[in-house]
Amino acid sequence: MINSTIIPLLIMAALIMAVAPFLGRYIYRVFADDQIKKDTKLNKLERNFLSRIGIDPLAEQSWKAYALSLIAFSTVSILFIYLLQRIQYLEPGNTNHLHAVPPALAINTAVSFVTNTNWQNYAGESTMTAITQTLGLAVQNFVSAAVGLSVAIALTRGITRSRRNTIGNFWVDLMRSTTRILLPLATIFSIVLLSQGVIDNLVISRCITTIAGGKQCIPGGLVASQEAIKELGTNGGGYFNANSMHPFENPNFLTNFLEVYSILLIPFSLPFTFGNFAKKRREGITIFAVMLILWASSSLLLLHFETSSNQLNLAKTANLTAVTSTKVLPEGQDLRISTPSCAIFSASTTATSTGAVNCSLDSLEPAASGVALFNMMLGEVSPGGVGSGLYGILVFAILAVFVSGLMVGRTPEYLGKKIQGAEMKLITIYLLISPAAIMIFSAFAVILKTARTAVGNPGAQGLSEIIYSFVSTGNNNGSALAGLSSNTDFYNITQAINMVIGRFGLIIPVLALAGALVSKQAIPQGPGTFATDKPLFASILIATIVLIVGITYFPVLALGPIVAHLSLGH
Amino acid sequence: MIRHIKPALGIFALLTLLLGIAYPALVWAIGQTTFNNQANGSLVYVNATPVGSSLLAQSFHGAMWFHPRPSAVGYSGNASGASNLALGNPKLIIQIDKLATNYRRENGLANSTPIPADAATESGSGLDPDISVANAQLQAPRVAHARSISLSTVDSLISRATTSSPSYFFGTKVVNVITLNLELKRLQMR
Repeated sequence: MINSTIIPLLIMAALIMAVAPFLGRYIYRVFADDQIKKDTKLNKLERNFLSRIGIDPLAEQSWKAYALSLIAFSTVSILFIYLLQRIQYLEPGNTNHLHAVPPALAINTAVSFVTNTNWQNYAGESTMTAITQTLGLAVQNFVSAAVGLSVAIALTRGITRSRRNTIGNFWVDLMRSTTRILLPLATIFSIVLLSQGVIDNLVISRCITTIAGGKQCIPGGLVASQEAIKELGTNGGGYFNANSMHPFENPNFLTNFLEVYSILLIPFSLPFTFGNFAKKRREGITIFAVMLILWASSSLLLLHFETSSNQLNLAKTANLTAVTSTKVLPEGQDLRISTPSCAIFSASTTATSTGAVNCSLDSLEPAASGVALFNMMLGEVSPGGVGSGLYGILVFAILAVFVSGLMVGRTPEYLGKKIQGAEMKLITIYLLISPAAIMIFSAFAVILKTARTAVGNPGAQGLSEIIYSFVSTGNNNGSALAGLSSNTDFYNITQAINMVIGRFGLIIPVLALAGALVSKQAIPQGPGTFATDKPLFASILIATIVLIVGITYFPVLALGPIVAHLSLGH
Repeated sequence: MIRHIKPALGIFALLTLLLGIAYPALVWAIGQTTFNNQANGSLVYVNATPVGSSLLAQSFHGAMWFHPRPSAVGYSGNASGASNLALGNPKLIIQIDKLATNYRRENGLANSTPIPADAATESGSGLDPDISVANAQLQAPRVAHARSISLSTVDSLISRATTSSPSYFFGTKVVNVITLNLELKRLQMR
């Protein structure tokens, strides 16, 4: 296993460890109480604007008000994106003569981008106008990530504050997430992408006579600006159908590496932000370590499954030779990206809520795409989406504390906050609501003939395609086993409902949890307190995450990827 | 709820202006001024007329040209994507066999000659501009013969179109079909 293919993985891990503590610290300073209250120029500008639209920027909100603001904002977003798609045929510059997006697809897409899922039942280049992409979808790439980040900060405040009623101001958090974290990072990253060949122009499509005298229409668009936030905001919705396989989105090895890095950077920084809020560095480091271990394990596992199998044997009659050091069939892979990079990308995109792809997951070794599926089933906490990764793992941490507390017969507490019935009820809702929706929709899809015939590959892989689509939408990931032709009314609508449940069905319990915890008195640590900043707790946390997922999903994992893998017979 | 709608609309409007107009305009301006060639699609030219992008595969037929990897979507540029055929799908094996047979026939190779896997598999984007070095070398004699130029000339063009990007980590050196065929075209026009 120790060979050159893990070098980029090691470099990736080293670069994350080098930068995440500093970015985490910076993010803490963006949201710290004293920083928000300071009278800096930028703060005054921000307050000035917020008061004009009827928000008191220095007044904090209860969890209920915070949640209502968040829902109001998301509703406005969904309606706007829906309308934009429906009227896009009227837009100036629609020289491709694209039609209005059909209603069911437009609902699916609007929900998909607002919930940070970016599942795509359409091909960007032939469905969405430049204005729909840039003014609609790309904006959601920022703000859906900012919403996730705000919720993570609100929960952090809930855990680390003592005897208060408020968890922050949603509008202030949203503004600061966007303008002080995502926007500067996206600007820098888009310039790097530009320098490497990611396009950014106002040409819709430039048709030319090719070298051999044929015709080709070279696509255009404001791609670099969207590509940068697509990764940084763990969104994953491609400008083009081929997503990060398209040479205009991911032109070379360097952009490929940096795209993975920018997917992972913010989610891996947030545990440090948490540690700063708690004024206990080690608590943050423990969470970070758990995320890193889970991410590295899944990357290694996916890399192993994809690169160690002799796929050339499957096509014996064609008598093929390997083009890399591995015996992989590069079906669905571009050569400049190479198989090991595809493995690391696929693991990272499903360990976060990104869902961008740089190779066809459907054509991977089934066990490898099974690892991607498992990553999403973990609830995307390794390191997870921007914000959603942190609040997800904190929910698991509280659960782990509770389970450990039961075993030794002590009242469980996390950072001095007693974990009681009210909190556990919310956590139970959080853990069950999304898997329940995923399983129910998958069951319907398997039963209904119209839904079943959408699969692109026979046998167990076909079942995997269906399960994958609901696990992906339910966890707001957006990657697909894309053989599934899911641009049908059934999938458009069920996936949209599934995405709403997977996003707001989790955010509301998390905010309620923040509200329940924030009013509690933090009890000072005693000699009997179960330490949550030690390797022992990290191991219990990993076990909790993996066991919960294992119990929930093992049967479908067995019937889908495991059967598909075994039936290949190698 | 109603009292949350007004701020939601206000903040949504501001963020749409900032993120949907100002930010893309800034990146566009930087691209057009500083990275003009890349931002406009890394176009390649013959006599100042654009003939393609060095990043996108084009359709090349016949003995005169190096052929790119097979595509699931054609090379029109209006579409992109993969076949999404699974390894366990019999259709995939049939397709690979067919592509391999075609490749051997085009290049006058015996059925027993092993060919590189990239020649008989469809790429991820459908627009992969690269082929493996082994793939280019198998096509070289055909191209040299059809153009009545020496094999060593073609070989030197291949090595010039070979990228030594950091993908050497994985032992994949690739040849860009667009730059390679462009060199052939320039040679022909001289």
